[in-house]
Amino acid sequence: MKKLFAPLAVLAAVLFAIAPFLIANAPYESTMLLIQKIFYFHVPSWVGMYCGLAVAAVGSVWYLFKGSKVADRYAASAAELIVLFGLNGLISGPLWARKAWGVWWQWDVKLTSALLLWLMFVAYLLVRKYGGPGSEKLAAAVAIFGAAVSPFVYVSVNIWRTMHPKTSVVPDIIKNPQGMAAPLLVSMLAFVVLFVLLLNLRVALAERQDALDELYLAHED
Amino acid sequence: MLRRFSIAIVSLILLAAPHGALLAQAPAGQSEFVPVNGLPESEKLPAAPLLVVAYAVFLVLMVFYVWTVWRRLKKVEADMHALEQRTAKGGR
Repeated sequence: MKKLFAPLAVLAAVLFAIAPFLIANAPYESTMLLIQKIFYFHVPSWVGMYCGLAVAAVGSVWYLFKGSKVADRYAASAAELIVLFGLNGLISGPLWARKAWGVWWQWDVKLTSALLLWLMFVAYLLVRKYGGPGSEKLAAAVAIFGAAVSPFVYVSVNIWRTMHPKTSVVPDIIKNPQGMAAPLLVSMLAFVVLFVLLLNLRVALAERQDALDELYLAHED
Repeated sequence: MLRRFSIAIVSLILLAAPHGALLAQAPAGQSEFVPVNGLPESEKLPAAPLLVVAYAVFLVLMVFYVWTVWRRLKKVEADMHALEQRTAKGGR
């Protein structure tokens, strides 16, 4: 992965340089006009968060059943990125809602469940930081629980009545020939590449922290 | 008897009237958020500042996160270096 880091960083830089031009030239949505352009960074934020959920879930399961320290490092690193990308989604959403709905926040099922899912991973980080020895296993269980409920957060808009648009919006836009697909796909790819880069950066930090812990133990012995 | 019956009928009509008016106002078949059309200019919020803030928040968050990782990495490296020096001194 170290060899791929530089090319991926260049790719991310190119994608993030292209994205604003594509977004600026994308057609206006007929009812929301300019404010709808938050969509091109709002949806990819959640894509980044869901990438993190997948990594955290697989890493946590692997850690709980196989005891792999590497898997635990990936899970903990992904959890931080879940909080980061989720926070971006939770900030960009209300900014969009203020203009489109006339309110910053609505306690409907989609927004509330997304907030609770995000809080679950804030709890994960707190458990790892302040939980003391053995907290890794408890945190792994929290991550698995969070990942297990995440599909319900995604489909909640199709089940309950909510102000938030349904999940069919993204596939409809990707099929749309009117020029909204390209900026969305480029932004999504940019966020996924950024997620991979940040994950590797954070895993490298976790490796060094573990190496330091081992040095402390060796020093005490 | 007829008087009581008349009072009951009039009361029922009076009670039902507001509900009828409400039913007449309810939009038919509305199952999701519908934007308001024809809002006066004074009631409209400018979209550009909200859009700029949304994109700026993303940039600030990412830069801040990379900075925190870099800071933590520097601290770990410094601790490691200090520990190695202490170990080397202890070995002598």
